[in-house]
Amino acid sequence: MATQGRDAAIVGVYEYPSRDVEGKFNPLQIKAASAAKALADAGLTWSDVDAIYDASEGAPMSGLMISEYFGIKPSVIDTTGVGGSSYEFHAAHALRAIRDGKAKVALLTYGSTAHSNAMAIGAGGRGGGVAPGDNMESFAGQTLIANYAMVARRHMHEFGTTSEQLAEISTATRYHAMRNPEAVQAMNDLEFLNIRETTIEDVVGSRMIADPLHLLECCMVSDGGGAVVIASADVAKNCAKAPVWILGTGEATKYPENGGDLTSSAGVESAPVAFGEAGVTPAEIDIAMIYDSFSITVLTLLEDLGFCAKGEGGAWVEGGRLRFDQSGGPALNTDGGGLSSNHPGMRGIFLLIEAVRQLRGESSSQVDDAKLAVAHGNGGMLGGRHSAGTVILGRD
Amino acid sequence: MAEEQKKVPTRPMPKLTELDTAEFWHATKNKEFKYQQCANCQTIVWHPRAHCTGCVDGDLQWHTSKGEGTIYSFSVVRLSYHPFFRSKVPYAVAYVDLDEGPRFLTNVTGVEDPLTDVHIGQRVTLDWEEYEELSIPLVKPV
Repeated sequence: MATQGRDAAIVGVYEYPSRDVEGKFNPLQIKAASAAKALADAGLTWSDVDAIYDASEGAPMSGLMISEYFGIKPSVIDTTGVGGSSYEFHAAHALRAIRDGKAKVALLTYGSTAHSNAMAIGAGGRGGGVAPGDNMESFAGQTLIANYAMVARRHMHEFGTTSEQLAEISTATRYHAMRNPEAVQAMNDLEFLNIRETTIEDVVGSRMIADPLHLLECCMVSDGGGAVVIASADVAKNCAKAPVWILGTGEATKYPENGGDLTSSAGVESAPVAFGEAGVTPAEIDIAMIYDSFSITVLTLLEDLGFCAKGEGGAWVEGGRLRFDQSGGPALNTDGGGLSSNHPGMRGIFLLIEAVRQLRGESSSQVDDAKLAVAHGNGGMLGGRHSAGTVILGRD
Repeated sequence: MAEEQKKVPTRPMPKLTELDTAEFWHATKNKEFKYQQCANCQTIVWHPRAHCTGCVDGDLQWHTSKGEGTIYSFSVVRLSYHPFFRSKVPYAVAYVDLDEGPRFLTNVTGVEDPLTDVHIGQRVTLDWEEYEELSIPLVKPV
């Protein structure tokens, strides 16, 4: 086994509890409130922060604007914006900045009022953007959900994957959500019907949104946000909580290409790099925090991350092995995921936050003696242009 | 005038002013589906753009597709909040592989029921939806 790096650790996390702020808070306020709590969780304060990370989704020149708003003067500024996986990219970049000695305390924040703004993310029209790719595609009315559905359709065609198998993803995350009071509150606030553990039959019997994806295979649109504090080994040893080390990272992109394979994502590129750097294998992973925008996202990514071979994901997820209290596989999205807890548009930061909770022993669906976690973000659209960020995390 | 336009929602229309794709859209007025291939490295570049993605001394040439291809994947949209498409559900969106190579995103027309009549591997041909300044390249089963 390669020597694992112990250069940077996540030392503070916070998940903003409300999924419906009723227009009373804006995204910047959610970022600042979350940052303060995450710094307090670490036993640090604003003036300790010397590296700022922002996905630049809010405004131009976000690195400048957010520094002023927080009242900090960072020497590392990174506004990588690649969609929902931006925070896995930020964690990767923070590790490198800290390892290079350019920073000691990095702060990642996210805030969104997608629900309050009634953003029609999943079934809205694709914006009439002026990017050349958009100018060739927007006429077709491919909703975001339909984009992912086309991956599912192709996966079914090539490998015989079934809706019942995809539904395993939804039932596992709901199983975890029902144990997480914040997720239950979220489903209440967003007026979910029948808030309870779901069955395969519930999922495949729910309304079809874009064939072959059903309603219960689609993530919610909530408000929310959070923050993550990453520190050097020197700082981490004096923090309030046990460090969760960033052991390996990988980054990649993929986009529509002539003859391209829709059943694989950019995770095929990012995951081996991350696992290789960490010196661990998928079989050793206790916790899999995998971006569940839709059921098919997780199925595809389980394969791409190497938990099973390409095409075998459908059979592999059968029988509930992704539940926190089952053996034979990692526990999937133990906070309830985007499907049943929290999806304000870019949920990558929550993957890191729940992975840390697990490795600290603080999850509402705690896996006994959890040692290793993977957080994998998919940004953009799985069936189109997207980014992949893989982060391997471990405790001492 | 502005009010009249509001009454009838339209498909999101391509912008003829977008520099990489303007030549493609101008050609659609004559129902020509044009694509680029590099005379230097033979790469078929799709979507259209000003540079070759296969080599750094590219020489992109425009060609016209015969307009036949195969459905690579599709979805039938049941829910859309878009002012135009909400009245069109259920409708099929598909990636189509043209025989010459380009894979483009489009809608499948000319089927009785998109829920049963659209398939991966289905052979399709271009079915143009005409507008004043350009035409939209949809497909229908052969």
